[in-house]
Amino acid sequence: MDVMLLQLFNGISVSSILLLIALGLAITFGLMNVINMAHGEMIMIGAYAAFVTQNLFLAALPKDMFDWYFALAIPVSFAVSFLFGLLLESSLIRFLYGRPLDSLLATWGVGLALQQVARSIFGAPNVAVTSPGWLNGGWAVMEGVVLPYKRLFIIALVAFVLLLMYVYIYRTPEGRRMRAVMQNRDMAACLGISTRRVDAITFAVGSGIAGVAGCALTLIGPIGPSIGTYYIVDAFMVVVLGGVGKLIGSVLGALGIGMANTLLEFWTTASLGKVLVFLAVILFLQWKPRGIIAVRTRSLDT
Amino acid sequence: MRNRKRIWLSAMMLLLAIAVVLAGCGGGGGNAGAGSSPASGSDGGSSDGGSGGSSGGGESSGAGGEGEIKVGILHSLSGTMAISEVSVKDAELLAIEEINAKGGVLGKKLVPIIEDGASDWPTFAEKARKLLSEDKVATVFGGWTSASRKAMLPVFEELNGLLWYPVQYEGLEASPNIFYTGATTNQQIVPSVTWLLENRGKKFFLLGSDYVFPRTANKIIKAQLAAEGGEVVGEEYTPLGHTDYSTIISKIKQANPDVVYNTLNGDSNVAFFKQLKDAGITAQDLTTLSVSIAEEEIRGIGADVLEGHLAAWNYYQTTDTPENKAFVEAYKAKYGQDRVTADPIEAGYIAVYLWAAAVEKAGTTDVDAVREAAKGIEFGAPEGKVTIDGDNQHIYKTVRIGEVQADGMFKELWATDGPVKPDPYLTGYDWAAGLADE
Amino acid sequence: MPSAHWTPRRIWLLAGYAAAVSALLCAPLYLNDFRLNLLAKFLALAIAALGLDLIWGYTGILSLGHGVFFGLGAYAMAMHLKLVASGGKLPDFMSWSGLTKLPWFWKPFESPAFAMAAGVLLPVLLALVLGWFTFRNRIKGVYFTILTQALVIITTTLFVGQQAYTGGTNGITGYSTLFGFRISDPRTKVWLYLATAVALFAAFALCRYLTGSRFGRVLRAIRDGENRARFIGYDPAVYQMTAFCVSAGLAGLAGMLFVLHVGIISPSMMGIVPSIEMVLWVAIGGRGTLIGAVLGAILMNGAKSVLSESYPELWTLLIGLLFVAVVVFMPRGLAGLADLPAALRRRRERSDESGGVGSAGGFGDASGAEAGGAEGVRHSPV
Repeated sequence: MDVMLLQLFNGISVSSILLLIALGLAITFGLMNVINMAHGEMIMIGAYAAFVTQNLFLAALPKDMFDWYFALAIPVSFAVSFLFGLLLESSLIRFLYGRPLDSLLATWGVGLALQQVARSIFGAPNVAVTSPGWLNGGWAVMEGVVLPYKRLFIIALVAFVLLLMYVYIYRTPEGRRMRAVMQNRDMAACLGISTRRVDAITFAVGSGIAGVAGCALTLIGPIGPSIGTYYIVDAFMVVVLGGVGKLIGSVLGALGIGMANTLLEFWTTASLGKVLVFLAVILFLQWKPRGIIAVRTRSLDT
Repeated sequence: MRNRKRIWLSAMMLLLAIAVVLAGCGGGGGNAGAGSSPASGSDGGSSDGGSGGSSGGGESSGAGGEGEIKVGILHSLSGTMAISEVSVKDAELLAIEEINAKGGVLGKKLVPIIEDGASDWPTFAEKARKLLSEDKVATVFGGWTSASRKAMLPVFEELNGLLWYPVQYEGLEASPNIFYTGATTNQQIVPSVTWLLENRGKKFFLLGSDYVFPRTANKIIKAQLAAEGGEVVGEEYTPLGHTDYSTIISKIKQANPDVVYNTLNGDSNVAFFKQLKDAGITAQDLTTLSVSIAEEEIRGIGADVLEGHLAAWNYYQTTDTPENKAFVEAYKAKYGQDRVTADPIEAGYIAVYLWAAAVEKAGTTDVDAVREAAKGIEFGAPEGKVTIDGDNQHIYKTVRIGEVQADGMFKELWATDGPVKPDPYLTGYDWAAGLADE
Repeated sequence: MPSAHWTPRRIWLLAGYAAAVSALLCAPLYLNDFRLNLLAKFLALAIAALGLDLIWGYTGILSLGHGVFFGLGAYAMAMHLKLVASGGKLPDFMSWSGLTKLPWFWKPFESPAFAMAAGVLLPVLLALVLGWFTFRNRIKGVYFTILTQALVIITTTLFVGQQAYTGGTNGITGYSTLFGFRISDPRTKVWLYLATAVALFAAFALCRYLTGSRFGRVLRAIRDGENRARFIGYDPAVYQMTAFCVSAGLAGLAGMLFVLHVGIISPSMMGIVPSIEMVLWVAIGGRGTLIGAVLGAILMNGAKSVLSESYPELWTLLIGLLFVAVVVFMPRGLAGLADLPAALRRRRERSDESGGVGSAGGFGDASGAEAGGAEGVRHSPV
């Protein structure tokens, strides 16, 4: 019984991590139709930003302040990845709108280059980020069921980011402009919206969220030049499964894949679980080719 | 207007690309200096003198020009395996530099030619072939994963080259063209299992990454446990690059073992141990013994996470020999005080010295002569005295079990009395009779 | 295409083809063993690139999973070679994994004819099954691409996990002879090279025939407007499936030849990275042109070899930048440069006419539609 509870929690935790990774991609791909294969590297940049923040705290501030580095690391990771996203967008992606397959190839090249840059700056081996003390340990709900604080924190973080995104997209003028450009680019331009700026900001926000994901992942995973490659395929699965164009779709996609993965892994093996989940995704797409939440339009080619 | 600019830009890009390619081909012909600078992105290797397309008969002769011997270094400098292999390359370069400072081998300086295996096995095979047939190196130091070694094996046997392989592996191999300076199973896994059975408990949970080494190692462990009175309560494999271990940890909890024998690899170790600690399981609750976690990996995971966990190696940075003190000092001096040494790093380092000793004894760099001369060569390595076993081209190594300390170093808990004779086919163990393919 | 009249362009093209063919066939004369081996490898990969170009450049469907078809062909040949090399005994990796007799599905591979047939037919079969389900359900575009990625992950995970049957991550290596000839013998290598070159010519001719025929025209119609093609009366699914199967078969053939030159096959060569690299070769060479695919494959692999030899520590950075530069500045790839003089002439004429007012579109616009490969469907708002 307690094992089932624990597995349920694990499923939600895995889903939250997937969602965090995929949220940035959902925005750049779902709303802008740009396939960004460098998304994994944005995650890596966020993780390294947390590493650098940690080192700054170690070097400059007294020891008892160390635990607070994490509170600063999150916005720093967001900002650094935001800037990188901005840079990437204005120098490369903006030539590739409407050509999703070209953006795939070009961003793949960018990803390779970024990996090498990280390797040259930080060295090839993994680097260590010490988690803040207040996240160690777990909440012992009952005998044998210990929910780690780190995973609870990540779930809370994801929920918070999701809320922020919702508010941003649906309640702010900037978000309204983003939706306008997404729905009808030409008309929005005619009405005086700077589509260039909106594109840049949107892409940068997506990258920034990836940076936050990277920062969160330092709590539970490795930090090295190639960690982006571990997450990129899963992120795409979530976005495509969930349906392109609506954030709630990505949430459902992440939940679906996360829970399925955890349960299947428990019943069989990790490798087989992964295979079955991907098989299930393929089969599901046969049934609903546009994903779970499909934005329905009148036009024949969506 | 804009179109013309784009067209010219494209043309210039193309010219640039061609120029880079040609520069790579033609430039750097001849030998670059030996002993490269620290791993800051500059390459110490020289490209082959010929251009990319044709070659004709004018290849560089024999083992380098006057006063020089070319040796190849083939590791993954990019890709997922780079996290481990770059340090081994550094150690080998250090050894080459030290040897050159003392006058070289047979009076000639060693010139390293570095190639990148890119964590891709066909690339290893291709670069090995290039080093042997184009650069005509006297020997190659390289490889990490068994897959890379298996990819290179046919090339070395076909071209009669010599490979020095520095990593602990699953045994069951003894090619005449490879010298293995890493541990084979009876020098790492088998003694550690015996020690665990005597000191920690009988119930084993086997956790590994899903590839050849863990699966083969676990086969051996299962046979050994059956013979020595242990019990396997779980056996799980996770795909390479797997990063979420919550379910595995649940399974471990459910199985309630005394020992987790961990053959996870690379980044998976980071995720597993971090999440194990989060789940509230400490080294006091559960013994884990890993065979892929050395000082380098501790740096990447965090000593606080790993404190109290065990590993089985033949060498630790804290191993107490005078040679080791000198080695660690030299390594840190060259590459930075925050760098650490570990077993594969040391194995790469001694491989160069062992080869140099064999060449001196043989009086030539000819592969067959060196192979003959290498038999029985002894060397005062940082890990203690090692001897090359002529029967199977492995080396005698001392087995040491260590515990991770808060400072990221290992404390040796137990070691064999002296170096152990290598037995890659486990012929010395009755229970292994069914496993080996002779 | 209008019936052949000998325009200067055609003459140049034929001369170019003749030169290339003879250069390739004479390569054993002027390349040393190692470089010849590399070139043979590149030619095998060029066959795979041709197949990919057929499905992507001409039909508009991007498959990021061609590594699977390539790998299946390669494994078929590797299994045969391994059985031959083991000389009747159990292959070594099987004994280590505890198997005592040869699995049933390995037995047929003892025959080279079966292995070669399987190397082409197995990928075709898989493509047929996948294509049947996806094209009939009108899954296309990015969804199909992601689906192929899922396929890659499934296949590689399975192959890695079942190491008793497939050799796991080590793959299958250790070959000795083919048809009784020792593979490591330099003369055999020359023959294998020539066989690969001939296979490339044959594949090229096949693709040329397909794309030049009515079939090819329908493919291009589907690429540029699938619904319009449907309204006219063609069933796009059938054409897409056929193109997909042909491309899978070519990839399988490429895999078989590749294994002969490289001497090893492992799941990493079926993975996501090689699949994406194949697409990159076609993109850089020029999708929608057959010669572009071949050029792209040979040049990019050559560049990778040369750059990694010269800059072992930085070459991934250089390759990445190269990809970016080519995709942005040369969206029609290297083959698009062949239109350079004509395009320049057109620009000059048009600007003379309209007094220098900037005409719309850049290099990648629809003016060169017969060689073009830009996504034809306008991105409609969602």
